[in-house]
Amino acid sequence: MLIDCPYCGERLSEEFTILGDATKQRPAGSGASDIDAWYDYVFIRDNPKGRHREYWQHTGGCRAWLVVERDTLTHQVYAVTPARDASA
Amino acid sequence: MHYSIVSLVRNALSGHRHWPPAWREPEPKPDYDVVIVGGGGHGLSTAYYLAREHDIRNVAVLEKSWLGSGNVGRNTTIIRSNYLLAGNNPFYEFSLKLWEGLEQEFNFNAMVSQRGIVNLFHSDAQRDAAARRGNAMRLHGVDAELLDRDGVRRILPFLNFDNGRFPIMGGLLQRRGGTVRHDAVAWGYARGADSNGVDIIQNCEVTGIRIDNGRAIGVETTKGFIGCRKLALAGAGNSSELARMAGLKLPIESHVLQAFVTEGLKPYLDMVVTFGMGHFYMSQSDKGGLVFGGDIDGYNSYARRGNMPTVEHVLEGGVAIIPGLSRIRVLRSWGGIMDMSMDGSPIIDATPLDGLYLNCGWCYGGFKATPASGWCFAHLIATGQTHKLAASYRLDRFRRGATIDERGAGAQPNLH
Repeated sequence: MLIDCPYCGERLSEEFTILGDATKQRPAGSGASDIDAWYDYVFIRDNPKGRHREYWQHTGGCRAWLVVERDTLTHQVYAVTPARDASA
Repeated sequence: MHYSIVSLVRNALSGHRHWPPAWREPEPKPDYDVVIVGGGGHGLSTAYYLAREHDIRNVAVLEKSWLGSGNVGRNTTIIRSNYLLAGNNPFYEFSLKLWEGLEQEFNFNAMVSQRGIVNLFHSDAQRDAAARRGNAMRLHGVDAELLDRDGVRRILPFLNFDNGRFPIMGGLLQRRGGTVRHDAVAWGYARGADSNGVDIIQNCEVTGIRIDNGRAIGVETTKGFIGCRKLALAGAGNSSELARMAGLKLPIESHVLQAFVTEGLKPYLDMVVTFGMGHFYMSQSDKGGLVFGGDIDGYNSYARRGNMPTVEHVLEGGVAIIPGLSRIRVLRSWGGIMDMSMDGSPIIDATPLDGLYLNCGWCYGGFKATPASGWCFAHLIATGQTHKLAASYRLDRFRRGATIDERGAGAQPNLH
């Protein structure tokens, strides 16, 4: 699996560390009424068979946080963007 | 047909040409009392215990491919009950006890071999953790022995005891742990279920779940609609996809776990050894191949194949702890798709939909749980009540904050 880092170019996936699903949004509030939103954010995953957006960090390179759009069935990487540009 | 020395002699005398098939290949009926999705170990054992323990025999098991093609035939065949936490230990110990009587129970040779399993440790802190785990096991009535360095050396003299980073200080041994021939588990449960009236329908993929007024009433399949009064999902690896058909989202990610086997050797390793710090474990099959694996690749995957970095990592871990491995050739590697749950523990529970039951989230530890999982799932489906051994495996435990996190890794599935 190759990941095309926007700063370093195409590199082997072992240079990168995955954090996980990049579609989850951290809830704004932290009160008792937000517990369902936190439950969803922490535990529930779409886990699609196909296109999946996920956070990876180029730990063995520029250390930038990236959002990688990747196919979970074929491992094909469609797009890699810096995480700061990919929010929302 | 009952397998025995008599049936063996009779069939030997007729040149083994008249053995009947071990199970039928029926076409699906229009409806069943219970439809189980997933003809792996857990689905088949559920069907078996539904028939045997609860007398519910109007049951179908739907398998999208051929029987044994999924994780029941992709694991590394280890059984053990060396768990720490109270929510886990009695369940896995019950499973081990079912393994101990399984072959007589379902009249099939599954080659259950209690050759022992040893988990190595390499530091004072790890020894304390191993002692704690062993004590927890013994408090639950499970066998556990703490071996010192010489104790490990006596049983596994060829390990690298003086590895620079991870010198071996000892190990936690469970003598009743071991291995089982995994294909035979699928076949034995399939044959046992079939002879009790269960229809096992292969090459029948579920494409949708029909819901009427909050109740699951059947499944759309590649062989048409099949109605049911109760629907049980046991499609590990694809649990999220199945749940999506019913409009549910699960606390699960699918990850690929690789395993490997070497060329056949003379008897070399007579137990299971795990080198957790090197992400490596190994046993030797009765055919002679060394069967080994490591951790999951770490990224979401439904691909049933992994990538080279993990292959190299596992082999490096293996050679570090068993230097003799460097001269052995690997024959095959493969991958299976694991339901990685958010706390590393499974889910056996009813769902918010009437008549829909869920068995999933086994991470990479589902094989050893096969008998108890089927036992508890069948109990739930038949009675509507959670079995006491699976009382901690509720779907809502994440919402309640009652997770069972054996690894202590938090809600990060690729770390469990």
